[in-house]
Amino acid sequence: MVFAGLGFELAAGGAMVLRGPNGSGKTTLLRLMAGLARPVAGRLLWSNAPVEDPEALARRLRFIGHQDAIKTAFTVRENLAFWAAFWGTGEPALIDRAMDTFGLAALADFPARLLSAGQRHRLALARLIASPVPLWLLDEPANALDDRSTGALTNTIAEHRARGGMVVLASHGADLVTGGTTLALDNFTPTAAQQWVEL
Amino acid sequence: MSAFSALLSRDLRLALRQSADSLTVIAFFAIATVLFPFGVGPEAEVLSRIAAGVVWVAALLAALLSLDRVFVVDFEDGTLDQLILNGQSTVLVVLAKVLAHWLTTGVPLIIMSPVLAVTLQLPSEGYGVLVLALLLGTPTVSLIGALGAALVLGARRGGVLLSLLVLPLYIPVLIFGTAAIEATITGMPSQPMLSILAGLALIAAALCPFATAAALRQAAE
Repeated sequence: MVFAGLGFELAAGGAMVLRGPNGSGKTTLLRLMAGLARPVAGRLLWSNAPVEDPEALARRLRFIGHQDAIKTAFTVRENLAFWAAFWGTGEPALIDRAMDTFGLAALADFPARLLSAGQRHRLALARLIASPVPLWLLDEPANALDDRSTGALTNTIAEHRARGGMVVLASHGADLVTGGTTLALDNFTPTAAQQWVEL
Repeated sequence: MSAFSALLSRDLRLALRQSADSLTVIAFFAIATVLFPFGVGPEAEVLSRIAAGVVWVAALLAALLSLDRVFVVDFEDGTLDQLILNGQSTVLVVLAKVLAHWLTTGVPLIIMSPVLAVTLQLPSEGYGVLVLALLLGTPTVSLIGALGAALVLGARRGGVLLSLLVLPLYIPVLIFGTAAIEATITGMPSQPMLSILAGLALIAAALCPFATAAALRQAAE
């Protein structure tokens, strides 16, 4: 068990930063919220109703993890266009906006195998704009980003929240959100009396 | 439906750009088959007697060669997580991947098989039924193979484990696939064997996608 006795809620327009040392369960909690992992015990609620259909939850969230999920044989634009078509969200204009926001417009027709680690991560983050959804789950999104891109990400998160979107992000570096709550995961290391997880 | 067609067209375009993967499978099929005349000698009776079985076994082994790549690339680069979070169903991902695998591996093998059967002196009345049997049998190969590929995700030496897991399950397809061709050559009706092959394909289509989807979710967890 990674953590126990954990509970929180997030309102529309809200943001939560997960903090904690390596191995404290930041990624695990994000994957639980995404529905990629299942809790031993605990509940996940959306609008005060338990999430019964994980697919309906998946339609409302975007999870950006450490792996960028990029096909190196495709160009930057093709990578974004595939995910937009696959998720059935967004429109072609959003793909251009996504590339502009994260400084990828000049690289649009380059094969993704030529991208650096930071550029690949920007391409992964660009999916947030190309295929919009209400809830963003970001696992250390500022990793490998330069200052300019970190600024772009901070602005993007602020705009998303201004429209009523929600963000949960794991971070131990720079502040990417203003306001919002902080959850320190090392306070929830399990004890024998706390064998439950409430989300 | 858009997720299904998007994934299918992505996999086909990837296969086209990385065509070396598909070509390796076809080259393996050709070389494995052509080795037999060298091994057993050029006598027409011997070769035509074993032709159906050799083509089938070589096709199964060639397909196996491509199977370990069905999910592992997506698993390693994080794409699999995103595919599972499609908001509709993981089964849909499996169906698109299986269809893409069949189109990029099964179909080329079917097209190559009559050419290779010539080198094995297959009697002329056997060609039609050879293609038909492969057409009915290879979807089962892709369906069962995808299940095996999903089960070994994350395992060390997944490729070896995959062949141990999957090859025994191919035995029914192999038996009825060769029996259909043998029957036609010896003047018997091949229709019962072909019906069984079609039945096997339907059973695999009904069961494998759900099991594969469960295995994929397990691997992502």
